[in-house]
Amino acid sequence: MILSDELQEFRAEVRDFAQKEIAPGAEEIDQTKEFPAEKVKKLAQRGFLGIMIPREYGGLGLSSMHYLIVMEELSAVCGSTALTYAAHNSLCLNPIFNFGNKAQIEKYVPTLASGEILGAFGLTEPEAGSDAGGTKTNFSENGSNFVLNGSKCFITNGSVGGVLIVTARRTDATQPKDISSFIVESKWPGFSVGKREDKMGLRASDTALLHFEDMKIPKDNLLGQEGEGFKQFLKILDAGRIGIGAMSVGMAQAAFDLALKFAKERKQFNHPIADFQAIQWKLADMATKIEASRNLVYQAAYLKDGGRPYTKEAAMAKLFSSETGREAIYQAMQILGGYGYMSSRPLERMFRDQKLCEIGEGTSEIQRIVIARHLLGKLKT
Amino acid sequence: MNFELTEDQKMVQEAAREFAQKRVAPIAKEMDEKEEVPREILKEMAELGYFGIRIPERYGGLDLDMLSYVLMLEELAKVSAGLMIVISVHNTLFCEGLVQFGSEELKQKYLPRMAKGELIGAYCLTEPGSGTDAGGMSSTAILKGGQYILNGTKSFVTNGGIADIFLVFALTKPDLKSKGISGFVVEAKSPGISLGAPEKKLGIKCSDTREISLSDTPTPKENLIGEENHGFKIALTILNHGRIGIGAQALGIAEAALEESIRYSLQRKQFGQPIANFQGIQFKLSDMAMKIEAARWLVYQAAYLQTTGEPFTKEASMAKLFASEMSNYVVNEAVQIHGGYGYMKEYAVERFFRDARITEIYEGTSEAQRIVISRELLKD
Repeated sequence: MILSDELQEFRAEVRDFAQKEIAPGAEEIDQTKEFPAEKVKKLAQRGFLGIMIPREYGGLGLSSMHYLIVMEELSAVCGSTALTYAAHNSLCLNPIFNFGNKAQIEKYVPTLASGEILGAFGLTEPEAGSDAGGTKTNFSENGSNFVLNGSKCFITNGSVGGVLIVTARRTDATQPKDISSFIVESKWPGFSVGKREDKMGLRASDTALLHFEDMKIPKDNLLGQEGEGFKQFLKILDAGRIGIGAMSVGMAQAAFDLALKFAKERKQFNHPIADFQAIQWKLADMATKIEASRNLVYQAAYLKDGGRPYTKEAAMAKLFSSETGREAIYQAMQILGGYGYMSSRPLERMFRDQKLCEIGEGTSEIQRIVIARHLLGKLKT
Repeated sequence: MNFELTEDQKMVQEAAREFAQKRVAPIAKEMDEKEEVPREILKEMAELGYFGIRIPERYGGLDLDMLSYVLMLEELAKVSAGLMIVISVHNTLFCEGLVQFGSEELKQKYLPRMAKGELIGAYCLTEPGSGTDAGGMSSTAILKGGQYILNGTKSFVTNGGIADIFLVFALTKPDLKSKGISGFVVEAKSPGISLGAPEKKLGIKCSDTREISLSDTPTPKENLIGEENHGFKIALTILNHGRIGIGAQALGIAEAALEESIRYSLQRKQFGQPIANFQGIQFKLSDMAMKIEAARWLVYQAAYLQTTGEPFTKEASMAKLFASEMSNYVVNEAVQIHGGYGYMKEYAVERFFRDARITEIYEGTSEAQRIVISRELLKD
């Protein structure tokens, strides 16, 4: 894919930043699970924690393409930092900006965009995963407040975020889609962190179980209208999926680059292994699929930035990128052989990190349902 | 590149779609069975300018960009992959080569009639003993008394029986092997040329494929394309262009197969409901559509790069490789969704299944594409 000169320069800058500021220590925090607070601070200094927010609210005012390029480059060096960036921007900050009223935007957007506070999104629950309509977290009214009760699990930035969007239904709601969303602050009484998860990959990214017990939410903090939560989170996930696609592309590209370099240097049977067709073809297949993935991701972003429907394309981008990313990393490990399997090389970490891309923000199975609905709906009408 | 067609490109696409759907679709099955394309269809395509779609205007062509051309090929491939290859070989493997490498004299002599469809072109590279190893050919072109004398046998020549003119590659310096190959424009009526019987094929049956023998065929010196002994590079450059077209062909077949599958799965009832209600079928459709979309942008990207004058060898190979493997996957799933009906000639997916197979083989096998791609990746 050919990017404009401006985007190419932007990528070069971001890559340089990622290599110098984000890559060092990525391996260590994978081991220690320590949240990359220092790296996040560096993202904030560059303005990346408000990358798509207009300048008047303290953001950089850049496009989805810029957002995705940062996502790719961060993912190439440190998946944990990349996921933190993604959840903050695409699951919390952008939705508040897009669905919030003026007062909410003025109150929350500048502090989030500056990175002073991190954002999170509480959607998934212990019993509501792919079936997000099965949300059990509930709210009722008490004077000028809503009162929130329930639990949310697997929440990225859950224990480090200061502001969260949380979905819930009225205690007496019967329709699965009758869901509303609220902007809540973690410092409010009734919020508690159940546990921080120990994960296969993206280990330094913060993933938490959250409890809300009689949490009072000012009525002003309802996001959009009551009952719009279901529609909102579908939109949030559409945008988020492109980001997860970019994450997988960034990781796959990094794995490919490693494998290519290794294949040229590594000698066996008196030849660099790149001389053997078995290796050449793996490289050819990896590069072909990465190219196709990137195009799908950028296409979805292009549609999104143009204000056009992109749900199907986002699902395709995410599904294809995450499945082919897994394949690319698998093959890269094959090329590096024993070296790839050792934790001293980033491949071993990427192998674990990338798996999330097939699960988070809608499993591959859910993406297939989304795509199929679009295909079948089209002819039915 | 924007993920958007220009208004002009959309118009080309729509016009091609209309022609393909109205004129070709109703007889596609019959063309497959009779193993021929009716002359009037070729004539109508000539009237639409499709025989000179990439030829510069000064030679009477439409001078369209590569992506517009690819869109036209894709629309044709949706209804008849066999018809598509007839026009693709003429345009890309012959005309594109002549436009890019031929002398002004040769262009003036042949292009205007080719653009009108009065002359149909073919490309002769493959031989019985040299397929993927195209540099290992044994046909010769020896300069004698001011003209080249051509000898040899070319196999699997698309349009072999309907072409008026061939682009033939042969050894001018046999001891130099691939570095001694040159390309020639050879008229079909030249002395010493004989055609084999039409090949019987698995798919793309309405296209004509034959062996061509040249026995002491005299060819004027001026009919040399490009420089002497530079023919191998020319042949490969032409194939780079051709591969984008094969990608479009694979894409078109797959799109048609998906469309049929969606239609069928909404109509076909089993267990009291349309089979489209079952996730097993839905997931097949999703994967088919997703892979088609991925292939589409690889194909369009390669065409776009060709137009902007950037290198596109690697991208053309990726497009062809990915689209052709994708297409075979998709047609297989399409037959699967149709079950027993898909195995029957009555349903178009039966033909799509046979037609898709060639896209992984001609203009460079999938294996050859992987060699091209990895070579580009590994070169410094």
